[in-house]
Amino acid sequence: MAFLGLFFFLPLIRILALSLDASAVTLDNLHLASRVLLFTFYQAFLSVLLTLVLGLPAAWLFARFDFPGKSLLRALTAVPFMLPTVVVAAGFNALLGPRGWLNQAAMGLFNLQGPPIEFIGTLGAILAAHVFYNTTIVIRIVGSALANLDPRLSAAARVLGADERRAFRRVTLPLLRPSVLAAALLVFLFDFTSFGVILLLGGPQFATLEVEIYVQALSLLDLPLAALLSAIQLACTLAFSALYTRLTRLQTATSPRPQSPQRPAAPLQRLFVISFIVLLFIFYLLPLIALPLRSLTTSSGLALDFYRELFLNRRGSVFYVPPADALRNSLLYAGTTVLLSLSLGFPAAQALTRQTRLTRLLDPLLMLPLGASAVMLGLGFILAFNRLLSQPWLVPIAHTTIALPFVVRTLQPALASIPVRLRQAAASLGASPLRAWLTVDWPIIWRAALAAATFAFTVSMGEFGATALLTRPEYPTIPVAIYRFLSQPGGLNYGQAMAMATILMTVTTLAILLIERLRLPGGEF
Amino acid sequence: MLELINIHKTYEGQPLLRGISFSVAAGETVCLLGASGSGKSTLLRIVAGLEEAESGRVLWDGQDLSGVAAHRRNFGLMFQDYALFPHLSVAENAAFGLKIQNLAAGEINKRVAAVLELVNMQGFERRRVTELSGGEQQRVALARALAPRPRLLMFDEPLGALDRALRDRLLGELRGILHRTRVPAIYVTHDQEEAFTIADRIILLHEGGIVQSGAPEEVYARPASAWVARFLGLGNIVKGRRERGEGGRGVVETEFGVWEVADLTEAGDGSSAALLVRPGAVKAGEGGNRVRGRVADVVFEKDRFKIVLEGGFYFYAPQALTVGEPVDLRVEAECLA
Repeated sequence: MAFLGLFFFLPLIRILALSLDASAVTLDNLHLASRVLLFTFYQAFLSVLLTLVLGLPAAWLFARFDFPGKSLLRALTAVPFMLPTVVVAAGFNALLGPRGWLNQAAMGLFNLQGPPIEFIGTLGAILAAHVFYNTTIVIRIVGSALANLDPRLSAAARVLGADERRAFRRVTLPLLRPSVLAAALLVFLFDFTSFGVILLLGGPQFATLEVEIYVQALSLLDLPLAALLSAIQLACTLAFSALYTRLTRLQTATSPRPQSPQRPAAPLQRLFVISFIVLLFIFYLLPLIALPLRSLTTSSGLALDFYRELFLNRRGSVFYVPPADALRNSLLYAGTTVLLSLSLGFPAAQALTRQTRLTRLLDPLLMLPLGASAVMLGLGFILAFNRLLSQPWLVPIAHTTIALPFVVRTLQPALASIPVRLRQAAASLGASPLRAWLTVDWPIIWRAALAAATFAFTVSMGEFGATALLTRPEYPTIPVAIYRFLSQPGGLNYGQAMAMATILMTVTTLAILLIERLRLPGGEF
Repeated sequence: MLELINIHKTYEGQPLLRGISFSVAAGETVCLLGASGSGKSTLLRIVAGLEEAESGRVLWDGQDLSGVAAHRRNFGLMFQDYALFPHLSVAENAAFGLKIQNLAAGEINKRVAAVLELVNMQGFERRRVTELSGGEQQRVALARALAPRPRLLMFDEPLGALDRALRDRLLGELRGILHRTRVPAIYVTHDQEEAFTIADRIILLHEGGIVQSGAPEEVYARPASAWVARFLGLGNIVKGRRERGEGGRGVVETEFGVWEVADLTEAGDGSSAALLVRPGAVKAGEGGNRVRGRVADVVFEKDRFKIVLEGGFYFYAPQALTVGEPVDLRVEAECLA
């Protein structure tokens, strides 16, 4: 708690204090803020709409039908959600960017001078990446509501005289509405505070609150304005979170006998199933495959040139250090984050398993960092620890603040699942306390601890928003390096960005697989 | 009115219904009685039009219903666990079928009030169905099924989830409502007491076929097979071997003694036989068929004692016997097969 107090609430308070400062609340600033706020809402709204357009049929597909490769496809749609934004941005860049596959192919085919497809730097790119990220939320939330929907309810409606269409409109749809709303709201929340995607795929002309905070704080050094924007953003996210909590509490009516998914039988069903499977596979696979392939493709065919280049310190490059140092930095930061967040997370989770009035108060407080955005946290650190900014260890501390809610949420169900009576049974059978702990607690804890550690590791490796504000130029992390490579012209920079993003993607994907295998049932967010 | 002809259905490759035929007359309550998994519910879903039979026909007043969708049949179906619409209130649930018929609001209100009164749920109109007890939900489900005035009512284990006392009360109410409304009904259950209470006619299903059908008292008095007698819990089923038969009388050798029975079957000597001995057909007294054995267990049952002999043969006695005590009693046996 003291840690969160110092490294989360203090920065937050500094932001709020500064935002109320007379220098922040000026007419010009309010004008800018309202323009940025409007665009933030606009892009988030469009993103949610498109996510639902893809997600709702996909949820139907997963809940109602059985087909070969179903679990693979489901896992595939879930992978992007945990991938760092820089990786997703790099993936779309590798596919659709000026040096991406499609443009290269089109230029080669039609002998064009410039890339024909203008994707990077458009609103379309932002929306596509958001849909890519968040469709899995709709699939999970609406899909599980659909799968748990009692099929006899619509049968009852049909027996009472309603045809299929009216049964759907009067029974199925109203019952699904809370879950659709909940999913939409959660997606909205993520899109609202999206940072990396917008900065890397949209470019400076698309300023959401989060991006504008970053620009104002780092490039224009207008900290009061950045603080004002942060306060506005925080107010919005808190309001959405409260709404979401209310909505999820409303959800009821799951059936004792859920409908089991079936193979598509009717020709129309088959058409829907097949075309959607193909669509999802293409949409999810292409960016993920384009990235590693692009990183290996040089002007002279497949080669490891870009990877080799990572270990050289060329003069005139964007760095003062060899890019491989970013790799080392990231690993170091991630390791520190793991140690810090576990040593803080364990006591916190242990305390939370005991249900007292104090813990009921602390629980939402511990989860608060989830609602605050990364860039905001970075800004808060700048304001709160002004004199310490040259210290590289601020970065893992910021990462820990972000990772801690995940760590606690992973550890807590495991710790709570350890039955006290099992330990008592072991004791009554003659086991010493240590022996009882080793045989009862340890087997449950080590899985959760490893999963939590992997979570913290993944968060730290991929974290971009806070790091972008806090990191010193001579200590870049992988995401920061990728961003810098991508914002520089030249094929070599581009190739190195692809190579780095591929490394990050591989590490993260392995971590996700590990977490999935270790996850205890019921430990979802 | 309703007529089923030779209905066949398989489930996951296994035959579930093999040639079911029966009919339901106007105002009649037919009870489908069978163990769980005997295909009773599937049969209801076929009649309702929610599932299709692989072969066979469902007729209403002689008209084939095969092309008629569920929502055009005007049959009421009450689901197991009721399947009430959780997002609607009690009155909205009851009004659902009426709204689909696009009736005027005044008419809907009148009929909803009437059915809720019929099932004793007046005053509950605005309550959420998720807040109701099991018995109340059952009543709302009945009101919802009755409101559109269906030509036929079907019940799928409607009392299965309720405790015994509540079941008895609701069963009595249901019986009254069926008699008053004169709606023909099919009632599916695995509970023989429920079936005997509510049915005008009982149809016993076993392994996908009808093993017996008739009025409750007929089925009770003349079980068609050993399976029926055992399923209905009519008494001891005693296996034996026929010795010799002359003039319709037969002699069967059992583990409890050699008994003379009215053998209506024409099986020959040495063939196996199944006899039914109802607990009430075991008496003290001289002569007749004798059951001899030792008491293995004595169970107190309120106003009587259940006496179980070694070998499982049981009967009732007003006084307790001691375990191990030898008994020698007079029995009447009926030949089942």
